[in-house]
Amino acid sequence: MTTLAQVGLNTASLASLLFLVAAGLSLTFGLMRVLNMTHGSFYLLGAYVGLTVWRTTGNTPLAILASSLTAAVAGGIIYWGFLKRFSVLDEMPQALLTFGALLVIADFTMWRWGADFFSFPGPAFLRGPVELVGGISYPKYRFFLMGSGLVLAIGLYLFVARTKIGALVRAGVDDKLMVQALGINTPMVFLGVFVFGSFLAGFAGMMGAPFLGINPGLDFEVLILAFVVVIVGGVGNIEGAFVGAILVALIDTATKTYYPELAWFSIYVPMAVILAVRPRGLLGRGA
Amino acid sequence: MSTSTRVAAKNRMGIGSLATGTYAMLGVLVLFVILPHFIPGYYVGVLTRVIIFAIFAIGLNLLMGYTGLPSLGQGAYFGTGAFGVGVMTVTYNVPHPIGMVGAVVIAGLMAAVYGLVALRARGAYFLLITMALTLSTWAIAFTWRSLTGGEDGFPGVTRPGFLPWSLTSEVNYYYFTLFFLVAAVVAFVLIVRSPFGLALQGIRENEQRMRSLGYNTWLYMYIAFIMAGVFGGVAGVLNAYSVGAISPEWTNILPSAEVLLMVILGGPGTIIGPLVGAGAIIGASEILNIHFPERWIMFLGGGYIVFMLFARDGMVGLVRRLLRRWSKR
Repeated sequence: MTTLAQVGLNTASLASLLFLVAAGLSLTFGLMRVLNMTHGSFYLLGAYVGLTVWRTTGNTPLAILASSLTAAVAGGIIYWGFLKRFSVLDEMPQALLTFGALLVIADFTMWRWGADFFSFPGPAFLRGPVELVGGISYPKYRFFLMGSGLVLAIGLYLFVARTKIGALVRAGVDDKLMVQALGINTPMVFLGVFVFGSFLAGFAGMMGAPFLGINPGLDFEVLILAFVVVIVGGVGNIEGAFVGAILVALIDTATKTYYPELAWFSIYVPMAVILAVRPRGLLGRGA
Repeated sequence: MSTSTRVAAKNRMGIGSLATGTYAMLGVLVLFVILPHFIPGYYVGVLTRVIIFAIFAIGLNLLMGYTGLPSLGQGAYFGTGAFGVGVMTVTYNVPHPIGMVGAVVIAGLMAAVYGLVALRARGAYFLLITMALTLSTWAIAFTWRSLTGGEDGFPGVTRPGFLPWSLTSEVNYYYFTLFFLVAAVVAFVLIVRSPFGLALQGIRENEQRMRSLGYNTWLYMYIAFIMAGVFGGVAGVLNAYSVGAISPEWTNILPSAEVLLMVILGGPGTIIGPLVGAGAIIGASEILNIHFPERWIMFLGGGYIVFMLFARDGMVGLVRRLLRRWSKR
């Protein structure tokens, strides 16, 4: 019973984090049809910068802000400096270019911060456990993470469902060429969405640090997990990302708890099954 | 009557284009044959690596350049081929020829399984799924310590003899790999000029049209995927013998990223491209390792960015464009 509760709570924590990363990836992918392979790098780069800020100032909110802004700036550079030059049809060259950027950022962080595993305890008032009924205790911070995830999920859902930019994202998923032909997709809208998506990745980087730690290789891991969430949920679909995050987190957590030796593969199984059955995702709208 | 003239004209064109290509290839071959006698021993080893990666890149070129499916996961088959031959010949004392063939078959079977998943997707999805597959292969190699040695690696792979020659000498081993490169190039040319290879190029240009023409496009792509895996397996086997030890990192993202950039840099969809790409990347890594040790991945990433921005058709395409501009003058 206790393990079951642990699995449930860990699933909810991981799902909140995955949702934050995947929502940004889903938005940029949906609007611009660019598979941004640096998304996981923004997460990691942000977390490293946030960690350095926290170590020098001891100020957690400032560290989270630094992490988010670093990722946002990096995202802006990737879009404005490189991706803007490509036509909307050049899906593959853009993906390969962002893969190059992924390698550059991975090597830069390795150079600057080394191969060590860093941990970050989180803000002082959120340290330590909460006692729950039935003698279960669980870290306070993770409840905070779940709450933030839920609030952001509602906010993002309203953003995509109710705002004009959200409508553009949905339109871009359905027919990117039509949106382009209508002259709506100004580079500024693209830049805005790209920076916002990267901001979310950086935010998740620091928010996730007390939970996942900070270490090299996390960029690939986060990218693939977020990508699986997007596949499961469907591109540009916030509700889908929410459901996908819970599903992926559940599979990942359950495997790591009950079959730790299979932890590395657990995530590819749902991806393979879902691709085989519904290549556009469980709740996917279009391609 | 008219059909036969058309066929004859086609043949003549085919032979014509074959001739220029053949001359270029023969030139490269002569260079590869005589070069080891003019360079220091260390560089023979470097050239051997160029050859091994050229074989690796030829396989990916079939998939990327001719079928339009860029894979970021070829390391899986490279590493599997290497571990296959290592485990069979060292742990189980299997004779070398059987070990080599067996390892390539295992790499091909792995591609046959992975292809079922990867080919559900196209474009950028395909890129990420192949990457995920190679990362999970790395995880297998890394955690299965009893088989692969885990992070310590797998030492003690010794080279076989080949007819009367011992392959322990670097020069002999160089010629051994060169033999495989020639075989790979010949096989590759036969494949891409066959009806099968032409169908692949049709799929690259327009998969939907090929499907409406009655081609089972999935099957064509699936076979190309397995073929690329087999080339990767051959390269892995040769690299295992060349280095003498195998690391799980061979199944990881780095070799996959290197070989993909070789194909891009050389010029996808050209026959000589992978050789140019392999030479350029291995050469660059040699030079950069002297001046900037440990920063190779950054240069590799920079290579992707530069070629995607300025020369998507690679160096072969770049040279072609320059020649065209030059001949117009």
